[in-house]
Amino acid sequence: MQATTQTHSQEAHSHEHHHDPGFLRSYVFSSDHKVIGIQYGFTALVFLMFGFLLMMCMRWQIAKPGTAIPLVGGLLENFLGDVAKGGVMSPDLYNAFGAMHGTIMVFLAVVPLAFAAFGNYVVPLQIGAVDMAFPRINMASYQCFAAGGVVMFVSFFIPGGAAAGGWTSYSPLATIIPTQGQTFWLIGMVLLITSSLLGAVNFIATVIQLRAPGMTWMRMPFFVWAQFVTAFILLLAFPPLEAAGILQLVDKVFGSSFFLPTGLIVSGKPYDVSGGGSPLLWQHLFWFLGHPEVYVLILPAMGVISEIIACNTRKPLWGYKSLVYSVLAVGFISFIVWAHHMYLTGMGTKISTFFQTTTMIISIPSVIILTCLFMSLWGGSIRFNTPMLFALAFLPMFGIGGLTGLPLGFNFSDLHLHDSYYVIAHFHYVVAPGTIFALFAGIYFWYPKMTGRYMNETLGKTHFWLSLLGMNLVFLPMFFQGLYGMSRRMSDGGATYALVDTAGKVNPANEGIVTALTGTVMHLNVFITHAALLLLIAQIPFVINVFMSMFNGKKVESDNPWQATTLDWQTPTPPPHGNFTKEIVVYRGPYEYSVPGQTSDFIPQNQPDAQPAK
Amino acid sequence: MEIPYTAKPRPDTGLYNAKLGIWLFLASEVMLFGGLFSSYILLRVGADLWPHGMLSIPIGTFNTFVLIASSVTVVMAWASLKLGNPGKFKAYMAATILCALGFLSVKSYEYYVKFTHYDVWFKDDATAEKYFKAAYGEKGTEETRKQFVERFHLHNTKATYDPAQIQLAGHIEGNPLCTNLKKLVGAKQETIKFTPDAPLGSHEHPHAIEVKLSDVQRLSSYVPAHSTFFAIYFTITALHGLHVLGGAIVLAYFLLTVDKWWKKAPEQFTNRIEVGGLFWHFVDLVWIFLFPIIYLL
Ligand code: HEM
Ligand SMILES: [Cu+2]
Repeated sequence: MQATTQTHSQEAHSHEHHHDPGFLRSYVFSSDHKVIGIQYGFTALVFLMFGFLLMMCMRWQIAKPGTAIPLVGGLLENFLGDVAKGGVMSPDLYNAFGAMHGTIMVFLAVVPLAFAAFGNYVVPLQIGAVDMAFPRINMASYQCFAAGGVVMFVSFFIPGGAAAGGWTSYSPLATIIPTQGQTFWLIGMVLLITSSLLGAVNFIATVIQLRAPGMTWMRMPFFVWAQFVTAFILLLAFPPLEAAGILQLVDKVFGSSFFLPTGLIVSGKPYDVSGGGSPLLWQHLFWFLGHPEVYVLILPAMGVISEIIACNTRKPLWGYKSLVYSVLAVGFISFIVWAHHMYLTGMGTKISTFFQTTTMIISIPSVIILTCLFMSLWGGSIRFNTPMLFALAFLPMFGIGGLTGLPLGFNFSDLHLHDSYYVIAHFHYVVAPGTIFALFAGIYFWYPKMTGRYMNETLGKTHFWLSLLGMNLVFLPMFFQGLYGMSRRMSDGGATYALVDTAGKVNPANEGIVTALTGTVMHLNVFITHAALLLLIAQIPFVINVFMSMFNGKKVESDNPWQATTLDWQTPTPPPHGNFTKEIVVYRGPYEYSVPGQTSDFIPQNQPDAQPAK
Repeated sequence: MEIPYTAKPRPDTGLYNAKLGIWLFLASEVMLFGGLFSSYILLRVGADLWPHGMLSIPIGTFNTFVLIASSVTVVMAWASLKLGNPGKFKAYMAATILCALGFLSVKSYEYYVKFTHYDVWFKDDATAEKYFKAAYGEKGTEETRKQFVERFHLHNTKATYDPAQIQLAGHIEGNPLCTNLKKLVGAKQETIKFTPDAPLGSHEHPHAIEVKLSDVQRLSSYVPAHSTFFAIYFTITALHGLHVLGGAIVLAYFLLTVDKWWKKAPEQFTNRIEVGGLFWHFVDLVWIFLFPIIYLL
């Protein structure tokens, strides 16, 4: 999408300089941080759509278990064979789609979009740097990512299909599934981890070394802070998962027993391995990354939101320092809360108590961040454009997601809620109408810088309102399903455990069982699937808008169409290779909006003297 | 516009870009090996039995000194460049790479020895005792039990062990690499010729015995599938070995291109050697932890 536009402008640019580096060098194997950012963004959006479509298939199976999937059922049968016989999704296929939905959304869509795409494009611009510190390593980072994506995608088509042990890949389950999907998954993950490692080193080095003169730490936009902390989390939390991945790979390929206990029985037969391993070890290593990972999902989103809020309220962010210290605190504490995902593993009450306490402690800085963003709205003269609408919706949506996390963080309430649809609702509220809304906001916001044209407001607003509605209709009912006892990861949407089926017919097997799932729960399955369809439709205006606006969107009036203060807007549009046409020196903080006594309501960071009103 | 601080340090941080980059990279490497070492601890603490003395300490010690020597020579190589002497640099760098190759060769030899060494577990007590006697004479059962006690440091436990849990260690005729029961049976083999290890306190191997595969419950060479100990040993040392190999390749590249770079950008080239050296020290350091933990403890 943006890639093509970038193409045009870059072409124009390189002609000026009389040394055209050629198409491949400019757009495929480019080491320019903006091109790499756009590559990441484009790939991630494709994966976002793909992950969503996987889920649409699963939603059909949940709502109407055992019936052929309309439209795509035949296609699935053609490509995947017997697992989709007659267009009906088999439990195995459901498991594979579920595992890959999670994996793709987290590791191939949201993180690459939030961290790698926005981070790459915006961070060097905002700190006044000409590029990243290590441009070629940056390019290698994208190539590893692309290779990881290809491995993951190819795994759908190997005999036996893709990994089916959940995105968390708990052993022994993930190891003993006899097909090679998990092996592909692990190799893919090692590539993705390598990619994010290279990215993280680059981001941190860039922020520390390449800030323009005068860009002191406390003059950095909050977005840069958020990406900086995110990079540290990726740098330090991912390697233990890489270690775990290597161990599981050795288990899978060389038949060792790192995660396989003594006396393991599979399908009624003793499993032929040495034993002596620990399934808990996998969970510890996984969640040591897994929890910090959720902050990798949310911190860049908070960064995007704060830029948009400051600019569209024409007001400095409320409590910039509190925001910075809170994001640092979140970064640190996120490393010591991981086992709140493991309360039910029998790891012991003392350990549970420790992790319960740290979990409550980390919610304090998180709430401070959210409060600061809310307070920033107070007294602002708000421009309700599309990016701002998404940013505004982010706040309560993330609020719901975060607050519903608290009962999960308490050991006693999590006993009931663990592995239920409540958990699904919780984390989707933070990631979907939370992070993904922030990413949409970011796309609408920076699109004019990337392309020189605005995105269409009417389409944008349609996209926003339909998405807001769709997201809530999809995820709100899941809280209730979870509270009613519906477990996650059931390939028939719980029909086996239901009192009545979706058509209202009583299921004789469960008659009289008090804990069986009620008719309401089953009807919600159908309702949610309809809502998911609405959500799918809601994305159509967005896709059209992205492509259409590249050619006939309204042209920007200046290089700084939103009248923003940060350095990313003090560049030509789109920024050329090397970014700035003049020497950048920073004289002031990031959010000098509506400074009293000034002629203009914003003062860019690189403007030496404020102009007093005449 | 050029990216600043590629050669000269930035005044307020005192670092040039690549030096910061390598420190960050090493931080993540610490977490990677930290994850593996923690796994080692957790697995060992949770294990019923943990073997001792399975690896040759003299060989391990030799390799430790080889790596330490290479760490010294890599510093000397860098210092030679700082003193403006690319000739000496070449000598020291070549020595470093030779050390690396020496280390890897010794390691490969160690691996080979393990891949051809086997443990056999028998189906039931009676069968096991029959073979123990065939291997070590009338006192065969006691001998194998003694070996078992020694291997797992069970000196102070009173527990008795049923012979079927005790393995007979030794070599298969023809020294096959990494085979196992499934593969042998799959190859339609019915018996193997097995030379048991020398009894405790002796170096004389008993005569080879004939083992019927139908009497065998499990047969494994010393590979990751053998036991958690070998699994973690091979995984960590192989990952470390890959780091040695990768480092050696990069250093060899520096050695081969020094003339070109020394003319073009001496300062930047010296920095590269420093950064490469830092990585090399880290690889060395990992081994310094690995050696006592896996060989000695
Ligand atoms: C701020 C307060 C938060 C608290 C107290 C919290 C707490 C928890 C707890 C205890 C669980 C485990 C529930 C269970 O499995 O039984 C959980 C699951 C999860 N949370 Fe949160 N969370 C918070 C915020 C977030 C954020 C910001 C994100 C991501 C952006 C997030 C993403 C997730 C995910 C993905 C899972 C599910 C993992 C899985 O089992 O597949 N959470 N949360
Ligand atoms: Cu968590």
